[in-house]
Amino acid sequence: MTYMPKIDRMSKIDRRSFIVGSTAAGAGLVLGFAVPLGSQHVHAADAPAEIDAWVVIRPDDTVVIRIARSEMGQGSMTGLAQLVAEELGCDWSKVTTEFPTPGQNLARNRVWGDFITVGSRGVRMSNEYVRKGGAAARMMLIQAAADAWNVPASECSAVNSVITHHPSGRTVTFGKVAEGAAKLEPPKDVPLKDPKDWTIAGKPLKRLDTADKIVGKTVFGIDVRLPGMLYAAINACPVFGGKLTSFDEAKVRAMPGVKHVLRVDDNAVAVVADSWWWAKKALEALPVVWDEGDNAALSSAEIAEVLKEGLTAEQAFVGHQAGDAKAALGGAAKVVEAVYAFPYQSHAAMEPMNATALCTPERCEVWASTQDPEAALKAVAAASGLPIGNCDVHRTFLGGGFGRRGETDYVSQAVAVAKQVPGTPIKLLWTREEDTTHDKYHPITQCRMQGALDVDNNLIALHMRISGQSIAVVELPFILKNGMDPLVFQGLNPGGTEGVFGYNIPNLLIDHAMRNPPVPPGFWRGVNGNQNTLYLESFIDELAHAAGADPLAFRLKYLKPKQAAVLKAVAEKAGWGTPAPPGHYRGLASMMVNGSYVAAVAEVSVDRGRVKIHRMVGGTNPGHAANPELVARQVEGSFVYGLSAMLYGEVTLKRGRVEQTNFDSYEVIRIDEMPQVDTVVMPDGEFWGGVGEPSIGVGAPAVLNAVFAATGKRIRTLPVKNFDWQAA
Amino acid sequence: MIALSINGKIHTVDVEADTPLLWVLRDTLGMTGTKYGCGIAQCGACTVHIDGVATRSCQVPVGSLGKKNITTVEALAQNGKLHPVQQAWLDLDVPQCGYCQSGMMMAVVALLKEKPKPTDAEIDVAITNICRCGTYQRVRAAIHAAANNA
Repeated sequence: MTYMPKIDRMSKIDRRSFIVGSTAAGAGLVLGFAVPLGSQHVHAADAPAEIDAWVVIRPDDTVVIRIARSEMGQGSMTGLAQLVAEELGCDWSKVTTEFPTPGQNLARNRVWGDFITVGSRGVRMSNEYVRKGGAAARMMLIQAAADAWNVPASECSAVNSVITHHPSGRTVTFGKVAEGAAKLEPPKDVPLKDPKDWTIAGKPLKRLDTADKIVGKTVFGIDVRLPGMLYAAINACPVFGGKLTSFDEAKVRAMPGVKHVLRVDDNAVAVVADSWWWAKKALEALPVVWDEGDNAALSSAEIAEVLKEGLTAEQAFVGHQAGDAKAALGGAAKVVEAVYAFPYQSHAAMEPMNATALCTPERCEVWASTQDPEAALKAVAAASGLPIGNCDVHRTFLGGGFGRRGETDYVSQAVAVAKQVPGTPIKLLWTREEDTTHDKYHPITQCRMQGALDVDNNLIALHMRISGQSIAVVELPFILKNGMDPLVFQGLNPGGTEGVFGYNIPNLLIDHAMRNPPVPPGFWRGVNGNQNTLYLESFIDELAHAAGADPLAFRLKYLKPKQAAVLKAVAEKAGWGTPAPPGHYRGLASMMVNGSYVAAVAEVSVDRGRVKIHRMVGGTNPGHAANPELVARQVEGSFVYGLSAMLYGEVTLKRGRVEQTNFDSYEVIRIDEMPQVDTVVMPDGEFWGGVGEPSIGVGAPAVLNAVFAATGKRIRTLPVKNFDWQAA
Repeated sequence: MIALSINGKIHTVDVEADTPLLWVLRDTLGMTGTKYGCGIAQCGACTVHIDGVATRSCQVPVGSLGKKNITTVEALAQNGKLHPVQQAWLDLDVPQCGYCQSGMMMAVVALLKEKPKPTDAEIDVAITNICRCGTYQRVRAAIHAAANNA
């Protein structure tokens, strides 16, 4: 039953001995492609075929494709493997994958580039170099075969793991020439296929990870088992910024299975026991004194007041400006104004935070579900006090990530515990309650929207004032520009490739009054794009209503072409303009976020304050789709994630504590509330955009615009569960 | 010592009688296919069968089990053949992260025993497991597929 990740064997030996060892064992080709990160060391003269490592071919023709990005359900593992396999020309049925460790990456001058799996970047940011990794491998395999046959490589090609010399008809499989190919110098010029010629990439192939997931074999972080392992349960101070004062170990020391009661950093206490259940029971019985610190009285009402003040504050960071919005609003025929609010939300990944650590005075190794393995490695080094070269992080599958696992707090804690029990592996697992109350929350904001129509009901000005929290201030202070957090303007930017404001409006002002309550914010699937889409696309609907216009026609007057195309596609698919089923009403929304153009049409009914979402039509132009079925799944899942948040998602503070603790107080959509989701995947081949997040944002405004169509009521504060249908 | 009948075998474990079955399966016996999600019977990730009934194992003290037969996801496939529910899950590629799917499938297997051709409304009532990736649409389709293939 003990789990030892396959790749783990590699990390215990250095790169050269791995390569030598694997060649001696007949493992054959280990190669890849130099990621353009400025390092020249990858072409070390003494290791010509060992540049880096996307493709391993075994003698039995098995293809092992190395996956740098984390697999948390989004399917990038399969999509990235398709891109490599496409260029490699291998037999897809022979493809397996493995995750290199960040320690291996570091030791090899980051040959795999970065591992971070956030911002819907997994495929779009690495597609070119992973495809080149596959293509270079194919060229080397062909060259090796051609050399053996003493023919020009140009007379050979590779399909389905078979190399053919066309003039003679001779064939050989990859596995037979892999060892020879591994000794060749990688090609410098690596042309890529035209996506129009793809036969593996871009196709709706089955996922590579399903077979293990349906038999309970997939190893998530929580499933790691090491010989002699003990289990730890932990409580951090329930108030953010608070400290641990003391605990009374004697009260629990004799409880079953208890081995250690340990201080963790300056704000937490952990019990280590033979079983996690016993650790948790002892922790619950442990008397603890906290120093709750400055935030002991913090409440949601207080936070709301601070944000409200920001809605009209003089000082604000300008993210997007055109014309003179304030002047145009002052002189307009009609001005519409509304205030919106978006709460703190928890990630609530199904697998609670956990990590397993084994520390000795010389070395520290961690096994964890992480979206940012390299940051986790740095955290291990920092927490253990060891040189980073003496540490590593073994990567497992993730039981959901949603941005939460881009954090490393749980990794640091596991090391802080394990360091106090040297030589013994410790699995630290948070309770669901700890997970909900010690999240890094979706940031809180409010927004004042003001729009101006001229006498002909043309939209001539928009002022969008966002007031609230910046994640970057806490997490990425180095990206601030003179104090401004550019990430706040996700989807509202004047230009770039990441999230461009979709409408042409002559007078525009989008600004941010930064207000940072002492609640830790973090990246959250879709994150700032979610509230920005809600604010903008709800309010555009308000303006369409004020103008007496159809919401689709009104938008199309101002939308830029690519975004308009996706909106039109979903409107057509949803039957916009044709009668909805009796009692059903439609709403729509569109946005450009995470590099992709997305749109949604919702079809809802409202019965005595109960919003029933019958159908969602989601459209995505991600430029390219590594696998259109994976895209469709991400659209379906994004709607569930975003609409769960819209209906129920809310984290509130009272006496400095998060009030929600588990799925009974932090509710989410279950199957009975799942709408039918139809997707339109329409890549135009002109760019590479993300797919894991963009659709989250458009779901909520599409639904709420449909609710307005159904009831005449505008829900401007999330979650919907708090809406007072009588008062509105 | 407590004797438990799990997947057709007797396992003798040295644990307190109030230890939930979930943690005996996972930590004591190393059967990690059954997952922890909430610990309060809300999410269903820990669903196993106890005498054929879908049960959230985080709420079942092992001392209460007596001679009852426990089945976990590890024993759904028999003689190397996937259970029809697993086959439908594979055919439709239902899982995303997959963490909730052991419990989800165990709940579905029990539902199909009771109602071989469940309606959508019956699925809505019986399947209350949480999936944060949002696989519900494919879960529903796979339930119908499994029902039709059984």
